[in-house]
Order: sequence, then C-alpha cells, then structure tokens
Amino acid sequence: MTTLTTKDSGTPGPLDVRQELYGAQLPSWAGKAVLGGGVAIGLVLYLLGTNLMLAALVVFVISLALPVWSVTVEGSRKATDRLVTVLVTSSFVLAMFPLVSILATVITNGTRVLSAEFFTFSMRNVVGEGGGIYHAIIGTLLITGGAAVISIPIGLFAAIYLVEYSEGNRLSRWIRFLVDVMTGIPSIVAGLFAYALFVLFFGEGVRLGIGGSVALSVLMIPVVVRSTEEMLKLVPNELREASYALGVPKWRTVSKVVLPTALAGIVTGITLAVARVIGETAPLLIIAGLTDSVNFNLFDGRMATLPVFTYSSVRSPGIPPEFSIDRAWGAALTLLVIVMLLNLIARLVSYFFSPKGER
Amino acid sequence: MTSTLDPRRKRSAVVRPGDRVFSGLSTSAGVLILLVLAGVAAFLTIEGIPGITASPDEVKSGQSFLPYVWPLVFGTLLAAIIALIIAVPIAIGVALFISHYSPRRLGQILGYLVDLLAAVPSVVYGLWGIQFLAPNLAPSYKWLEENLGFIPFFAGPAASGGRTILTVSIVLAVMILPIMTAICREIFLQTPRLHEEAALALGATRWEMARMAIFPYARSGIVSAAMLGLGRALGETLAVAMVLSVGVGSTVTANLISNDNPNTIAANIALIFPEASGKTVNALIASGLVLFVITFLVNFAARAIVDRRKEFSGAN
Repeated sequence: MTTLTTKDSGTPGPLDVRQELYGAQLPSWAGKAVLGGGVAIGLVLYLLGTNLMLAALVVFVISLALPVWSVTVEGSRKATDRLVTVLVTSSFVLAMFPLVSILATVITNGTRVLSAEFFTFSMRNVVGEGGGIYHAIIGTLLITGGAAVISIPIGLFAAIYLVEYSEGNRLSRWIRFLVDVMTGIPSIVAGLFAYALFVLFFGEGVRLGIGGSVALSVLMIPVVVRSTEEMLKLVPNELREASYALGVPKWRTVSKVVLPTALAGIVTGITLAVARVIGETAPLLIIAGLTDSVNFNLFDGRMATLPVFTYSSVRSPGIPPEFSIDRAWGAALTLLVIVMLLNLIARLVSYFFSPKGER
Repeated sequence: MTSTLDPRRKRSAVVRPGDRVFSGLSTSAGVLILLVLAGVAAFLTIEGIPGITASPDEVKSGQSFLPYVWPLVFGTLLAAIIALIIAVPIAIGVALFISHYSPRRLGQILGYLVDLLAAVPSVVYGLWGIQFLAPNLAPSYKWLEENLGFIPFFAGPAASGGRTILTVSIVLAVMILPIMTAICREIFLQTPRLHEEAALALGATRWEMARMAIFPYARSGIVSAAMLGLGRALGETLAVAMVLSVGVGSTVTANLISNDNPNTIAANIALIFPEASGKTVNALIASGLVLFVITFLVNFAARAIVDRRKEFSGAN
C-alpha cells in the first residue's frame, strides 16, 4: 500500500503504476472546471436578459458535458457514476429553487405595504387603499393559542401513557399507529369535522373561533404526541430507577424527573407543532370564517385569521384589485415571518437547552 | 424491629391517589385520541348522509351525489398522481444528495433547508403559484401545445394565464417534497455501513453502490414515503383552490394545460363552502368524507408498510 502510494505521488517511472491500477482518469479539476464554466455561461446569459429558468437549464445541460467527456476517457461505468452525481446534485438545486423563489417574491412584494398602520388597523369600513391586518393577527394568535391549550395537555398525557404506562400493550400499539395515520388527515377534513360537531349544538351556518381551535387541535395533537413520545423515550432508564430506589412514587418520578429531563425536546416539538398549524387555512375558512372587525371572543361569531385573510384578499380583491393583492402579500409575509421565527426558536431551544453529555 | 418492617411492606402495596389520577389522566388522553379519530368519521357520516341522499334540485350543483363527486375524485387523483410522478425522483435525488453525496458536515444544514419548505404555509404556496409560477409557466404551455399537441395531455388550447392542473401539480410536488425527502433520507442513512463498504471494496462506483446496497434496503421506505406524499397531495386545499382555473360544469379530461380543468375535492369544498347553505353543505361534507376515506386508506397502507419494515429489517 505505502509503496504504491509513494510511487503514485512520486515521479512516474517507466511503468506508470497509477495508470495500470486505475485505468484512464479525468484530471481532478475536471468537475470543477465544467461546473465553473457552466455557471459562468449561465450567469452571462442571465445578465444579458435571459429568463432565470432558461439560464439554469443551460447550466444543467453544460454540466452534462462531464459524463460525456468521461465516457470517452474513463469508460461507461464511471461515466454513469458521474452522470448520476450531476443528476443528484441538480435535483437538490432544483429543490432549492422554489424555496429561494418563494422567499424572494414574498419579501419583495410584502415589504411594500408594511407600515405602522398595516399592523394596528383592522379592515373595518376600509374600501380600496389602507386598512391593516390587526384583526387577523389577533384572530390567528387567539385561535392558535386555543388549539395549543387543547392539544398540549392531551398530547403530553397521551405520550406519557404510551411511554410510561402502556408497557407495549395492544391499545398502545393501536394508538401509536392511528396517531401516525392521523398526521395525514387533510386539514380541510379537520375543518369539516369541527363544523359537523358544532352544527349539532349551534345550528346551521355556525362560525366560531373556538371551532377553529378544535379543528387545528385535530391536526396538532398527533404531532405533539409523536415528538413528545420520541423525547420521553430518550430519557435514560437509570434516572427512573434511581428515583424509584429513593421511594418516589411513579407519578412524581414522571413529573419531577422524566418530564424536566425531556423538557427542551418537548418544547421544541410543541413549537414546531404550533408552527405547523398556525399557517393552516382550510379548516379556518370552513369554521372560523372571515370578518373585517376585531373580535377578541373565541366563543362568539366569526374571526379573521392571517391565512384566511390572505386567501380571501386574493380571491375577491374588489376594485381596484392592487391594494387588496398588496395587503395579501403583506399578510403572507407576516405569516411567513411568524412561522420562520417559531422554527428558529424551536431549533435554538433544542440546541441550547437539550441535555448534553452522553455523546 | 418487626413493627417497623410491617408498615413499610404495607406501604409498598399502597396505590397512591396521585398515581391513580396520573395514570387515569394519561390513559384517558390516549383513548381520547382514538375517540377523536372515530369522531371525525362519525360526525362526517352523520352530516354527510343527507347530502348523499339529497335529490338533485336540493343542492346548488343540480346533480345527484355520484355524478357530482366523480369528476372531483378524478381531479383529486389526477393532480396528486402527477405531483407524485414529478416529486418522487427529485425527492430520491435530494435525499441521496444529502445522505451520501454532500460533505458530511453540510448534510444536516442542507436537511434544514429542505425542511424549511415544509414550514411555508399552504396559502403562501398558493399566492406564489398564482402570482409567480403560473405566469412564468404560461409560455412553456404554449410551446407544449404547438410542438407536442398530438399527445392528448398537451392538446390545449393552452391557458394564457398558466393556471392549469399541471401548474397545480408542480406546486403540490414542491409541497410534498420535504416529507418524502425526510423519510428517504432517514432510511438511506440507516443502510448498514458494511453493505456499502462491501460494495465499494468490490470496486463498485458510488452509483453502483447506491443501486446494489442502498436501494434494495430502502425500497419499502421509498414506497411508503411516496404514499405519504400522495396522502398530502390528495388533501391539499388552498394551493389548489387559489391556482386552479376550474372548468365549467364537471370536466373529466386528460388535458393538462387548458383552462378547463377538473377541480379537486378539497379545493371544491374551500371554494363553495363559505357561501353554501342547506343540503349543499351536506353534499360538501359527504365529499369531504370521500376524501377522508381515500387519504385514510393511503396513509393506513403507507404506515403499515413502514411498521412491517421496522420488524423485519435486520439492521437494528
């Protein structure tokens, strides 16, 4: 091995060992050169005014030169390998394209309308320009808060049941399986469920903020259960046994030892669950409806929320449409910022507060 | 001495009230979840049955239930399946890139980036689809109609606004990409290291290693990821409702690039429900029940595959 490598890196002898062992190879700079050339040409085309998608396509086509070059030098097996590398890498770039594009369009279009008025005024008696999303922000916070109040205890206790009390019986296996299935319930079905539930008590055409909370908790509970369960499973058994050995009852062990140990992970999971449901539109469209005024009461009447406000501003913009579309972008930006902040908080909590040591 | 031992022995048999309350609470929370799931099915059925049995002149659409819901089911399946066809290869590629092609340290960060796509609310996707993607895709639909018009999918006339079912499918594909990528990535990373190294030691290139070691191991995982993605795509509402330009009446067509598109169940509910009344509401709830059954079956099958795999894989 060592003799080979020394020969390899040294001056080539009469008999080129590297050549014999590996066969012909492209120079090590080949990949970078082709990619660099492609990107350069694409950039020039883009600056000359070509469509961005077309320029990206040109870069992709140029990078296909690498496998073509390879098939002439290295043979078909290595060429296939290089082709797949190009395809896999470009699929990642392709997946990043919508993310960048969404962020760019929402930020450029959304920042236009941001002002103090936009955040502190409702849409009451506003026609055309002006108005704001204060009522929608209040509605979103209240409804999501309501959903959190319903789902967090249920989700937490269900996870505690699964990990601490069930001992892997049949009921727990079914709960676990159906919770997984529940994560796939379409959000609009959750909204219809809440409507069908509340219509029994309040009659036809019911629109209530709390209904939105119930619909959202159908979507939120499974996420809370799964993430909490994962976290509780990570708590080492030694901690529980140490606590039992001191004569601590089981419920005190769970509430004073297990939960605090897993707290950071649980908070992360709950935050991510909130971030998931805060952007849900369909159930709120069904059961919470839309209004132009501020409504602080979850149990009385329609409530505006950011996603529904965005949707309806685009759907029925009025005349002239520009102001309403602009407000929709502003609301979308606000919503996106809230969701991204929640995600960031979740990551930071898990980064700074999760117990370290074992690894 | 014995007198102190006795009460201690007794105490260990005592069930404390706190314990009883705590275990009761957690058990009932678990059972409650099952009740909620059963409740979803039950309430949708209760409110949906009047919609199924309603006569044609009682509902706004003027049709009885089956002819009303069939084009919607068709549209739902069409949009979701095209989205799946677009998303599966990309998801596998992205997952493979993150797990095996990118530098190790970068992998996690790149994973976060893909997860960010999952965090974007669906209404933002809808806004992006209608204001950015649709106008930008319109010229290529024109091109497809002119050059590939002989294929029924691209028969046209091409929608000038680009709000076609193909655009919807692309948006859906982007939306289901993160969950599929996440699952594929997890499973690719679980491939036994020894299998990979054995393949490489036999002289396989990286792609041959992926084909011989990773894919056979991950096959069922990929299938279930695809089915979970399908479940998401079937139930997606707002992005479809905002982007799609719906045909007049009930359209069942394979034409992907025209203005005359079949609607999906979820989007149809979102469009009609806010102003609906009477039996129309019940009919919409019944169509929601159909959607619930379809997605439930798809998810059920997907999860069953994942669970079976857990038991049989010898790796862990």
